[in-house]
Amino acid sequence: MNWDIVIGLEIHVELSTASKIFCGCSTAFGGEPNTQCCPVCIGMPGTLPVLNTRVLDFAVKAGLALNCQITRYNKFDRKNYFYPDLPKAYQISQLHLPFARNGFVDIGDKKIRIHEIHMEEDAGKLIHSSGKTFLDYNRCGVPLIEIVTEPDMTCAEEVIACLTSVKSMLEYLEVSDCQMQEGSLRADVNLSVKPKGSTEFGTRTEMKNINSFKAIERAIAYESRRQIEVISSGGEISQETRRWDDNAGESFVMRSKENAPDYRYFPDPDIPPISFTDEFIASIQENQPEFAKEKAARFAAEYGLTPKDAAILTTDKNTAQLYEETAKSASPKETAVWMLGEMMYLASTTGAKPKITPPPFAEFINAVTGGKTNRTAGKQVFEYVFGGGEDVAGYIEKHGLAQINDDASIAAIVEKVLAANADAVAEYKSGKEKAFGFLVGQTMKELKGKGNPALVNAALKKHFTES
Amino acid sequence: MMNLTALQLGEKIRAGEIGVAEAVTAALGAAENSRTNAFVTLADKEKCLSQADTIQKKISTGELTSPLAGVPIGIKDNICTSGLRTTCASKMLDNFIPPYSATAVEKLENAGLIVVGKLNMDEFGMGSTSETSHYGAVKNPHDENRVSGGSSGGCAAAVAANETFISLGTDTGGSIRQPASYCGVTGFKPTYGAVSRHGLIAYASSLDQIGPIAKNAADCAEIHKIIAGRDPKDGTSLDLPETACIKGVIGKKIAIPEDCLIGNGVDEDVKNNILETAKKFTEMGASIDYIKLPFNEYVIPAYYIIATAEASSNLSRYDGVKYGFRSEGANSLLQTYNATRAEGFGMEVIKRILLGTFVLSSGFYDAYYKKALQVKALIRKHFAETFYNYDAILCPVAPTTAPILGESLSDPLKMYLSDIFTVTANLAGLPAISIPCGKDANGLPIGAQIISDVMKDKVVLGLAQAYQGVQQ
Repeated sequence: MNWDIVIGLEIHVELSTASKIFCGCSTAFGGEPNTQCCPVCIGMPGTLPVLNTRVLDFAVKAGLALNCQITRYNKFDRKNYFYPDLPKAYQISQLHLPFARNGFVDIGDKKIRIHEIHMEEDAGKLIHSSGKTFLDYNRCGVPLIEIVTEPDMTCAEEVIACLTSVKSMLEYLEVSDCQMQEGSLRADVNLSVKPKGSTEFGTRTEMKNINSFKAIERAIAYESRRQIEVISSGGEISQETRRWDDNAGESFVMRSKENAPDYRYFPDPDIPPISFTDEFIASIQENQPEFAKEKAARFAAEYGLTPKDAAILTTDKNTAQLYEETAKSASPKETAVWMLGEMMYLASTTGAKPKITPPPFAEFINAVTGGKTNRTAGKQVFEYVFGGGEDVAGYIEKHGLAQINDDASIAAIVEKVLAANADAVAEYKSGKEKAFGFLVGQTMKELKGKGNPALVNAALKKHFTES
Repeated sequence: MMNLTALQLGEKIRAGEIGVAEAVTAALGAAENSRTNAFVTLADKEKCLSQADTIQKKISTGELTSPLAGVPIGIKDNICTSGLRTTCASKMLDNFIPPYSATAVEKLENAGLIVVGKLNMDEFGMGSTSETSHYGAVKNPHDENRVSGGSSGGCAAAVAANETFISLGTDTGGSIRQPASYCGVTGFKPTYGAVSRHGLIAYASSLDQIGPIAKNAADCAEIHKIIAGRDPKDGTSLDLPETACIKGVIGKKIAIPEDCLIGNGVDEDVKNNILETAKKFTEMGASIDYIKLPFNEYVIPAYYIIATAEASSNLSRYDGVKYGFRSEGANSLLQTYNATRAEGFGMEVIKRILLGTFVLSSGFYDAYYKKALQVKALIRKHFAETFYNYDAILCPVAPTTAPILGESLSDPLKMYLSDIFTVTANLAGLPAISIPCGKDANGLPIGAQIISDVMKDKVVLGLAQAYQGVQQ
């Protein structure tokens, strides 16, 4: 039998406001445990949460970008449960009136509908070490939005496309770092299967603790296979929450529906309701940035890029920014060539984050297009710029990577190469065009890759036409 | 000295007749020798005296100008005092020393008042008699076999027994007004939000409010002036409009709800004294009308649903993980939670947490909590309409005078019902005051309650001051 896979997502995004949602503590990632908390975020007796209104700006930006209707009258609710990472024993969230509803994300030609987005506070972290459990409350009270999609996805590719698109928009908005490894973007996967074409949904499971796109792919493959096997062998899927273990490559039951906690939601009496005015929403809408889709179209038109190249260069905000800043003062085509080629290559092979900035990058591109260095030697220079190097001219000079543009030196080497490769010369003369390329290569080799390719070509051509 | 009002003491301090250190020493001595079990913790004497020294100097240089500068004050033990143990009269917080002070306490200290001790109460404010305290019941100074009322029993008893000049209490369903009534002193609950709740350990967040218990309304007004105002640490706090304290009573329209005099277990003595008080107000130039409050039968259920629901959530943080009491010997997380909470909380608190947990449970929310919020909204609306026609409402604080110790806890339903005249002000967020208006046949004090519209704290305080001015 063939099967349809039905997937919905709950995407948790940490907002990158400087301070937490209900107190003034820093939200910076990676601080020593319990150095970024105060009596309010650890819920000491008598303290009260006070809403950081920056969170509202950030949230509404995200809501509008994801094409949602913004709820004018907003409230926060308490979600009550006991766990040591939750010091008040309730999480301030939104159940009854989420701030955004009925949106969508475009992935290619398909729309993934968004059911709702709500604001909430993050919990702390348990650290298990040598048989003991420690608590780190730094993350307590970091603002989150939870984006809940409809079950509109059918495979891992669509899920990743949806997440990529959401991530791209939130990065353009500068409302989140969207770092999956640091947990500032987390996605829970709700998945069910049904016989192909059936209109009735199967029972779904929810998978948590999926920390990378790769893991999402694996988790979806595992869970859909598991569900199909259970059903095929006459079993039934039970509605449950499962924990993905990326090392084991398996998911495990966390809790079943019967054990689902009763969160006893009720409106938080400490936080007065919030009303968004039409003016506020309009002012956010007016100041929305250019997102990937529009930017790609503009890049293609303005810089003469192919739609595919433009799309790659605009998916993430930093890449697009680097491109556009550089292309202002260097050849847009050459800039694209280096970014799509060497930069992506270095990033994927070394795993390093590019530290490249527009001014040295532009200087480098201009050195290539202006004949100060050539493509071959340029790779070494690019690596230097990629790693954050800024003194392009100095680096070329210091490492002798300047292009040799001196006719006499090139002619001398050409003579030497021709003398040493009589066979090739003879082959060329007998009509084998290929031999010419070989001779160019040999000359460049002698020139340690620094010869001006045009001059080398010309010198060889000159030799053959004159001889 | 201890029988002076706070304003009288402040005046003598400014006149140089009494030194601040002298006042502090007297207050600490009186607290130490309390015969009402009003105090849970006393402040460190050396620290108080050094504070007294600083304040004395600031008074002489004119840096401190509050009429209450140098006056010692007692604080209810659910209001945080930095460096001074704050227990909520619970075993759960027996060892809790907050590293911060409530905004109200900070403001009092900035005005030159000196915190000399923490006052006994019902555990976490849950009770109407101050008998549920982990540190034993507070006794009524008028009859030591009787309760002080609650939950701010320590505040009221200490003021009545001249064991403190003035005190700061809290009121969730009558917790300032009812003990003030039972002990024959004046207790004021401000408009909800008028005083920051930052540092007030929550019982029911939407109802809790800090306010003074004092020997008279003038003292209350002075404290209110200091502690009121919007606080960035409390999102629900607000600034009261700047209006002068009304002096006159002439032309004021006062309403008396009929149900507060007939039925509802109201003692004949209580009824007569309220009518007597009404007469005084008419003599002073006010007019009195009798009105009906149509929702009286829903007030107590709505109050106990909302209060316990919020309490069940507010008190969940006491889990033995971070601070306060932790049960020994538990060997799993769940056991730690269960044992800590079973051993750390008293019966009344456990009962209310269970009730609150029940009414918020899935499947019951609409029938209980949602309904209660609707009742609350109706009550607010009705009061808004009433105050369109009237300046204030006059009614008893409690149906009876102080009961015998132990009597109420054996009949909890009766105890809950005795809150009937006070909880409405909390549900509607109204300012309300309890003023002594006579005694019953047993010589026990009776309290009259004046309630006004939201933000009209000064109307309430003004009427009470006018009444007490005529009394003297």
